[in-house]
Amino acid sequence: MAKTKLAIEFSEEQETLLDIASNFCADKSPVAKVRERLELEGGFDPDIWKEIADLGWLGICVPEQYGGSALSLAEVVTIVEPMGRHLLATPFVSTTLVAQLLMKAGTEAQKSTWLPKICEGAIGAMGISEAHGDWDLGNLTCMGTRDGDAVKLSGTKTFVTDAAAADIVIASVSLDGSPALVFLEKSDLASGTMDKESIIDETRRSYRVNLDGISVSAANLLEMEQTGSALTHLHLAANLLTAAEMCGGLAACLNTIIEYLNTRKQFGKLIGSYQALKHPTVDILMGLEASRSHLYYAASVLDDPKEGEIAVRMAKVQVNEVFSYAGDRAIQFHGGFGFTFECDAQLYRRRSLWCENQFGNAAYHRKRLANLLLD
Amino acid sequence: MSVDAKELDEFRKDVSAWFKENAPGDPGFLLPQSFMEVGNDEQFYFLRDWQNKVYEAGYLGMAWPAEYGGGGKDQAFQDVATREMTAQKVPFMTNTIGLNWAGPLILQMGTDEQKAKYIKGILSAEDIWCQGFSEPDHGSDLGNAQLKAEQRGNGYVLNGSKIWTSLGSYAKYMILLARTEQGTARKYDGLSFFLSPMKIKGIDPVPIKKLTGEYGFTQTYFDNAEISGECLMGNEGDGWKVAMATLMFERGAAGGQAGGHSMMTAEVSEVVELARKSMRDGKSAVDDPMVRDKLVTMIMRERTLRLNNSRGGIKGLTQERPMSLPMAGKYVATEHIRDMAEFAIELQGQNAGYYVGDEAAVDGGLWHRSYFNAFSATIGGGTSQVQQNIIGERVLGLPKS
Repeated sequence: MAKTKLAIEFSEEQETLLDIASNFCADKSPVAKVRERLELEGGFDPDIWKEIADLGWLGICVPEQYGGSALSLAEVVTIVEPMGRHLLATPFVSTTLVAQLLMKAGTEAQKSTWLPKICEGAIGAMGISEAHGDWDLGNLTCMGTRDGDAVKLSGTKTFVTDAAAADIVIASVSLDGSPALVFLEKSDLASGTMDKESIIDETRRSYRVNLDGISVSAANLLEMEQTGSALTHLHLAANLLTAAEMCGGLAACLNTIIEYLNTRKQFGKLIGSYQALKHPTVDILMGLEASRSHLYYAASVLDDPKEGEIAVRMAKVQVNEVFSYAGDRAIQFHGGFGFTFECDAQLYRRRSLWCENQFGNAAYHRKRLANLLLD
Repeated sequence: MSVDAKELDEFRKDVSAWFKENAPGDPGFLLPQSFMEVGNDEQFYFLRDWQNKVYEAGYLGMAWPAEYGGGGKDQAFQDVATREMTAQKVPFMTNTIGLNWAGPLILQMGTDEQKAKYIKGILSAEDIWCQGFSEPDHGSDLGNAQLKAEQRGNGYVLNGSKIWTSLGSYAKYMILLARTEQGTARKYDGLSFFLSPMKIKGIDPVPIKKLTGEYGFTQTYFDNAEISGECLMGNEGDGWKVAMATLMFERGAAGGQAGGHSMMTAEVSEVVELARKSMRDGKSAVDDPMVRDKLVTMIMRERTLRLNNSRGGIKGLTQERPMSLPMAGKYVATEHIRDMAEFAIELQGQNAGYYVGDEAAVDGGLWHRSYFNAFSATIGGGTSQVQQNIIGERVLGLPKS
């Protein structure tokens, strides 16, 4: 095994963004607001979305020629982490990932039309999951069938988050025997059907999108030759940003535990004085530290093909295990109150259950890491 | 002081070459894995000579003041040298307690006389140091230490005993926590801290056989041992404060150590190699899915330690709890090392039953020995459970247990 340097790089841009985003999210998304938004049909606040666009956050990775600031996902991580911390639900991650797909595999026409719009606040959603629930993005039952210059779509995509609000959806289908990515505008989606899904993380809005009846021009296909590598990149980028969101959620979950341990009394003593609660809480802190170390390292080496993949998978594995444990213990340590909807512990546990099982759980990534590290 | 990157790189080459050329080969007897296991004269003199050679070459105490025998250079040079020693797996620096705990303490709060008297001998390994903190009845509850130091004339008379004295049989000096006043309202207030000589009448270090079957610790008995008043470190009654400062050095939460490695640490790459040569169902264990899963976990944990180190130096990523990573280092690292050694034993299949001494023992019984010895670090310097209390209380602000 070659020794890698294992050094985290943290730029001034990252430091500034982390600072700004932390303040922004704390301000916009106190937990009372999060709970109010649970009741909103769309789930997120359009005014906040506009502010996010105005801050330029949607164009961070986008090349300057398309209206972005040509930075990288390492900077996006510093925004997503505080969003996760304050459970700020917006289509930010899905829109960022749609932009990534366009940058990796979009045609020039698609890029020059849509990347500037995304920078200004157009909402993107991804249709990459299917009913079988497989994390393999290449396992596709949705079909595209060529019909002259058109492509007729069929099948159902699941977990298309923010599809109802989306200006564009990129969906994966099998076309001519290979995976293809197809670009759908609101008007295209109108020919299909969309059902709201009931999901574990109630801060999000997710939809089942039936593609039957949708037919689009072949010009809506992303570059076929780039599709395989774009999906590989998407898998890693999605895991990186999910890990960032989880690191934030984990930090907030830990603070929720600490606050209760420092206020609740039983048998005449603050419950935080009991080692049965204190020691696991310390282990959650250790896990948070490890998670952030892996996260920011992954952000540093994302461009390195092998080390980037190793680091991103490790970042997801690490935070998956800790956030799962922290969310679980948060409920338990709140005792009877933890069993109620009113207790914030459930918000974090629901969030972690959602994120843990997005784009591969810990065992799934470890299996791939074993191949990368041991063979 | 800023260091020229080119100069540092040149230095790296020099130090690497020096250790390649000067590293002692196989001494023909079993070497200890850390300073806590130096169990016989053969081992001790070999290791003492080696440390002396490294010091004479200029690769130890590089950032300590030149007037006391240090190198007077930037810490970056010592870090490079220490990394090279660790990487080349040359024998460890046996005077660890002097180099990493007592030395930085003396430099931080000692008098000029104390610095002149002690520092050079620590570096050259001429003066070996040991630590008298734990007592048979007071381990984790260090503040309750009972060894008596009664003032008599200008000096003190010591009575009681200390335990787990690493290098106790060889040490010339001991950093000693003793009770100078009985019945204080707070148990901590009656403690004082001494730099005590060891080779005097009334001090008797008696070797303790460890769970590995080896030696290395003593129980140290004090029977009317007389020491001078100049041995006092800080003021009488300040012992707890001085001991806490020492523990910060010991746990790596504060910097200023002389450098050099204090133990031979197994790396996960060696466990991967072990998995390759171990068998499961007629195939290499490295092909077994459960083994692979566990190996990945171990590789990740080793990376966690290194990445935590890297992140610890970045202010913007440690703002919320700046003391968290420094305070957690010992707990996280020592638990990982024990876990890894335990897994390495399990990898050996049926052969896990062998121990040091059998010719068929895998890697000469290294992993069993490593596993047992790993407890010295998860227990010594404050058990992992005490570390959890400390982190919980000081970093997370939880109420005292």
